[in-house]
Amino acid sequence: MTEEIIIAGFGGQGVLSMGKILAYSAIMQDMEVTWMPSYGPEMRGGTANVTVILSDERISSPIITRYDTAIILNQQSMTKFEHTVKPGGLLLYDPNGILHPPTRTDIRIAKVEAAKEAAAMKMPKGFNMIVLGGLLKINPLVKTENVVKGLKKSLPERYHHMLADNEKALMRGMEIVETVHDL
Amino acid sequence: MEKEIKLMKGNEALAEAAIREGVDGYFGYPITPQSEVLEYLAAERPWLRTGMVVLQAESEVAAINMVYGGAGTGKKVMTSSSSPGVSLKQEGISYIAGAELPALIVNVMRAGPGLGAIQPAQADYFQATKGGGHGDYRLITLAPSSVQEMYDFVHTAFELAFKYRTPAMILADGAIGQMMEKVTLKPQKERLADDKIKELYPWATTGRKKDAERTFITSLDLDPERFERHNHALQAKYKKIEENEVIVEMLNVEDAEYIIVAFGTSARVSFKAMDLLREEGYKVGLVRPITLWPFPKKEISQLAEKVKGILTVEMNAGQMVEDVRLAVNGRIPVEFYGRMGGMIPSPEEVVDAMKQKLIGG
Amino acid sequence: MVYKKTPLMTDKVLSYCPGCGHGTAHRITMEVVEEMGIQEDVLGVAPVGCSVLAYEFMNVDMSEAAHGRAPAVATGMKRLWPNKLVFTYQGDGDLAAIGTAETIHACNRGENITIIFINNGIYGMTGGQMAPTTLEGMKSSTSPFGREADIMGHPLKITELIAQLPGVYSVSRHAVHKPAAVRKAKRAIRKAFEDQLAKKGTTFIEIVSNCNSGWKMTPVKSNEWMEEHMFPFYPLGDIKKDGKLVK
Repeated sequence: MTEEIIIAGFGGQGVLSMGKILAYSAIMQDMEVTWMPSYGPEMRGGTANVTVILSDERISSPIITRYDTAIILNQQSMTKFEHTVKPGGLLLYDPNGILHPPTRTDIRIAKVEAAKEAAAMKMPKGFNMIVLGGLLKINPLVKTENVVKGLKKSLPERYHHMLADNEKALMRGMEIVETVHDL
Repeated sequence: MEKEIKLMKGNEALAEAAIREGVDGYFGYPITPQSEVLEYLAAERPWLRTGMVVLQAESEVAAINMVYGGAGTGKKVMTSSSSPGVSLKQEGISYIAGAELPALIVNVMRAGPGLGAIQPAQADYFQATKGGGHGDYRLITLAPSSVQEMYDFVHTAFELAFKYRTPAMILADGAIGQMMEKVTLKPQKERLADDKIKELYPWATTGRKKDAERTFITSLDLDPERFERHNHALQAKYKKIEENEVIVEMLNVEDAEYIIVAFGTSARVSFKAMDLLREEGYKVGLVRPITLWPFPKKEISQLAEKVKGILTVEMNAGQMVEDVRLAVNGRIPVEFYGRMGGMIPSPEEVVDAMKQKLIGG
Repeated sequence: MVYKKTPLMTDKVLSYCPGCGHGTAHRITMEVVEEMGIQEDVLGVAPVGCSVLAYEFMNVDMSEAAHGRAPAVATGMKRLWPNKLVFTYQGDGDLAAIGTAETIHACNRGENITIIFINNGIYGMTGGQMAPTTLEGMKSSTSPFGREADIMGHPLKITELIAQLPGVYSVSRHAVHKPAAVRKAKRAIRKAFEDQLAKKGTTFIEIVSNCNSGWKMTPVKSNEWMEEHMFPFYPLGDIKKDGKLVK
């Protein structure tokens, strides 16, 4: 199994760290991982995206143009990445701020109201974990228990008191994710 | 013992490898996209873990000369930088090669020429493999294409550098430096004790023993006849390295009709391109030089006897392709596909290039 | 005067011009090493300039450095062998022009090394070109009508500059053209080495010297000229002592 994922949104939404948690979770179940950020000045405030590849085999290119899964968190990224999802792939998005929802019919589409929910839960930092929960509900790439383990490994110990909240956000994402279009 | 596995950036893996390899000193200067090396070391404080010295120098020029100073005393020392900074280090690297000192220089390449761009490139291939600074010398050049190799090659580079008393370079690029992958860490090695250094490296300046000859480290000799002999000795050493130290990875070459030759990030992209081409039924193999110098001439020359054509893929205007063409020596077509300026080719572009330039042509 | 040659000078014939101060500066440095009995723990760094071959004459472990980089080379050595005595021996072009950054930053870090700085106001080895320390009005092959400050810049008092840096423990200026001056310079080198072994910080010794061939004078005349012109601009004595600036 090889899963090629793009996570794209604004800097500050936790795009890169969501990718990191996903990568760490996959390591927990002995998979190979590559986490490749777009780096450069755009990191500060502009758009941020990261490619995450999970595989049972040696991973080839960290640079890819077509994805099995796209997680899209703002309109610019929707414009840029909707068409890059492979037919039969998955597009997961947060409708917050999206002016033009995805229209493709040859892919699975799901949405998760993560920004709204994070605000309701008074956990702005839990945003990316809600999105990740949504992803894992639709496509269980890694086991939930390994996400918790991965989170623990990727967070410095001084943040370990936040593990419970993160887990809560993850579970919440699994509850609220909705399929918009199925194949 | 359970394996110690971590998710790390290439730059961080390199820094951790330096600590665990028992490196005595790191001297650096910040430059994107490799600043994480110095930052990681500063945060880890290896002087508390192993006694390793870490110093932020006032410039790349100073850093490489600190390396020269340390290397001359038999210590295991290194520096890292990115393209413009490595240009500044060239004078020092030439002195290190001339004085026959072991050291590790890391170049996490970005796009040039000039200040260029901070995105990844491979445009320093010539600089790394053909000498870079003034005079007739070579650098053992290792090209990692994964974060694990970024880690592992610190050991390989120092092994070779000390075996031949010559500087070695890890030639990575911004993508390898910035991406994170799974790394299997190795146990901490002890740094060599001072007495052991004196015993193992009689050439090093560690203080002149009473009634013993002094040692001195220099690349200068004002007697041209004697200096020519020194140059011959250097060339003999380089020949030995070329004969014995080539490292190359070859994938799917057994039945291949076409070969892609690529290193570092380009090799990763080409790996996928090869898979895509094979899915379409084309028999394509991949040759990935791991030592760029010494270059796998023999391996490529042998392949030229059995394949129809070679595509070289690089993130530059075509540098390694010259070495490929020398190895092939006109027997089969050698084509080139490259991106520049910080652009990385996509696997699909490589597939198209292979079809247009070789398979269809 | 009767000299007994220190065994820490090699038997190689000095390549310096007759009358030049380098030989004396080498000798007293090595005499201090001998008298302190620290030869096994001394590492020296030679520069590019007339003293590029200093490592051929000083019979201790030494490293040749690229032009201007001696303080960086010494930093590498000292950081990795903190209990060795490390010194650099540099001329004015090396230390105060091309190597200004390395000099200032090594001193500013308070590298626990000793810098011996030979200032003769000229590039000797390359044939008498203008140096950063060439005096105003002084002739050289690249200031044949005398140094004009508005075109060529002012002579640089780098020693006074360095004395300002907190990492620097002692700074003094000497000469080696007369026996009394030689004795003083040698005492200063000894004190600097002792301070280094006591880990006090950077110790810096300037020796104002003649360059009779570069200045195109006889040795005797060049020493007179040095006293008349160099010493007023580069006055001898302590500039910083035991960590405190001397008024």
